Amino acid sequence: MTIKQLSVFVENKQGRLSEITGILQDTGVDIRALSLADTTDFGILRLIVDKEEAAEAALRGAGFTVSLTPVIAAGIADRPGGLAEAMAVLRDGGISVEYMYAFISRRKEMAYVILRVDDNGRAAELLQKAAFPLLTEAEIAE
Amino acid sequence: MRERIWNPIETAPVEEIKALQLARLIHNVYHVYENVPHYRRRMDEAGVKPEDIRTLADLAKLPFTYKQDLRDTYPYGLFAVPMKEVVELHASSGTTGKQIVAGYTQRDLDIWGDCAARAIVAAGGSPKSKVHVSYGYGLFTGGMGLHYGAQTLGAVAIPVSSGNTKRQVQILQDFKSDILCCTPSYATYIGETLREMGVKPDEIKLSAGIFGAEPWTEDSRRNIEALLGIKAYDIYGLTEIIGPGVAYECSEQTGMHICEDHFLPEIIDPDTGEVLPEGTPGELVFTCITKEAFPLLRYRTRDIATLSREKCSCGRTLIKMTKPRGRTDDMLIIRGVNVFPSQIETVLFQTSQTSPHYLITVDRVNNTDTLDIQVEMTDDFQFDAVRLVEQKQREIEAALQSTLGLSPKVRLVSPKTIQRSEGKAKRVIDKRQLY
Repeated sequence: MTIKQLSVFVENKQGRLSEITGILQDTGVDIRALSLADTTDFGILRLIVDKEEAAEAALRGAGFTVSLTPVIAAGIADRPGGLAEAMAVLRDGGISVEYMYAFISRRKEMAYVILRVDDNGRAAELLQKAAFPLLTEAEIAE
Repeated sequence: MRERIWNPIETAPVEEIKALQLARLIHNVYHVYENVPHYRRRMDEAGVKPEDIRTLADLAKLPFTYKQDLRDTYPYGLFAVPMKEVVELHASSGTTGKQIVAGYTQRDLDIWGDCAARAIVAAGGSPKSKVHVSYGYGLFTGGMGLHYGAQTLGAVAIPVSSGNTKRQVQILQDFKSDILCCTPSYATYIGETLREMGVKPDEIKLSAGIFGAEPWTEDSRRNIEALLGIKAYDIYGLTEIIGPGVAYECSEQTGMHICEDHFLPEIIDPDTGEVLPEGTPGELVFTCITKEAFPLLRYRTRDIATLSREKCSCGRTLIKMTKPRGRTDDMLIIRGVNVFPSQIETVLFQTSQTSPHYLITVDRVNNTDTLDIQVEMTDDFQFDAVRLVEQKQREIEAALQSTLGLSPKVRLVSPKTIQRSEGKAKRVIDKRQLY
C-alpha cells in the first residue's frame, strides 16, 4: 500500500520555492508533508499533497519538472522510541531506506513517516504485520 | 651573431625554395594520382591532370581535401604506398567520435624528425640539449614528434609523457633537462607545481620550452616564461599533415616559420575557396609535397591565420604564419584535445532520459581548461533521490570521457531550460578568449 509523492526539480535560483508554493496556493492544494534535498547545483522538493493530480498538472503547466514516486506513509506512535521501533522492523526485514521524512498528524498521539525504500511491497507487509497503520491516498486527501 | 639553424633550407633564397617546391609538388601530384583512387577520381571530376600542374599557381587547380574525406576513406583509403612500406600510424579525433588515421614511411618519419629538430634548434637547442617531452605519447602525435626531433638533432630525448606532475618536477631537477615540450596549459601547471614544491626557477636548468597543440595568448606566454625562468616558443602542427613541426617559432617570436619545403601553405577564403594574397587572414590550407604514405592535397585545416614573407631577424627565409586566430568550424581545443560539439551530441543521443539539448561552457581556471556541460533531462526522468541525478550525471560523464578523452563536469537541468534559438543553436560558451 503506497501513496504518491510529487518531486519537483529545483535549480538553485532565488525565488523558486516561493514560485512553487505560490502555484500550489493558487491551485488550492494543501501540503501534508514536505522535505527538501539540497546539493550545490540543484534541489529536490518532495511533497505529499491532498490533490496530487491537480498539483502535478499546475506545476508542469508552469514549466516545472515533476516526478511521481510511490512511497509508504506509516503511522507511528508520537512518543520517544516510536520511529525507532518502525526502523527496527525494516532493518530486521533487510529493507534499505533511501530517504524519509516525518510529520505529526492531526490525530492525537500519532505521527507519520514517509519512507522511500528499495522494496515497497515487502516493507508494507512487514510494517503492517508489526501493527503499524499505513495511510492510503484517500486518507491523505481527507 | 646569427642564431643557430638546423637545416640550410631554412635560410635559402626564396627563389630556391620555390623551385624546390614546384619540383616536389609536381612529383607528389603524380604520386597521389597514380596511387590513390580517391585523388584520381577527384582530379578527374575537377578536369585536372597531373601534367596541368606546371607552376606553383597551378596548385589552385587541384581539388581540396576535407576532414570528411579522411573519415569516408577510414582507415587507409588515402594511403599512397603499400602497407609494407608503412612503419608507423598515428590518429586524431574526428567530429563524430570516429578518428582519422595517418601513416608514415621511414622517410616520412625522417622528414618529421627534421622539421621538429628545426623547432628545437630555433628554441636554442643543440646536440647537447636534454629535451624533456611531456606531451602524451601514443596515437597523439605530440610525444613522438618532439621525440624524433630531439633524436634527429642528436640531443637527448626524455620521454616523460604527461601526468604525475611532481615527478615531472623531480625529473626536471635530477636530469637537468634544458628544453621542455608540452601544451602551454601543462607548462603553466608544471610551473605552479614547481612553486608549490618550493623549487626556485634557478634550481632547474631549463632554458626554453616548445609549446603547442592548443591556442594560447601572449599573456600566457609571459606567465610561463616567468614561472619557469625560460623563453617560451610556439609550435604548430596537425596529425593530418604530419604532427608538431609543420611550423615553429624563432627568436623573434612574431609568428611561426612553416617548413614550406615539405608543406605548401595557402590562405583561402573559407566560403568561396578562392586563394587570398599573403597578408590577408583566411583559412590555412596545406599540401604535402614530400610525404610518401599519407600526402594530403590542399587539406582544409579550418584554422584561420595569415601568411607573411617579410624579412625575419633570425635569418630564416621560410614563410611565416600567425598563430591560428580562430576556426572556421566549431572545433574546440580543450587541454590540447580536439572536441567537436557534435561528439557530445552523439553521446547524449545514446543516453536514456536525456535530451540532446545541451550547453557547453569552456573556461580556464588556474590555467587548466574546464569543460562544463548542462544537459536537459527528459520529462520522464525519475529524480526523487539525489543519488539518481548524480548517477545519471556520472554515467554521462563516463560516456563523454570515453568518447572525448577528457573528463567534463555534467550538470542535469530541467527540460526546456536551455535557451532555444531560431536557426543555429548557441551550444558553446567559451570564456577563455584565446583568439
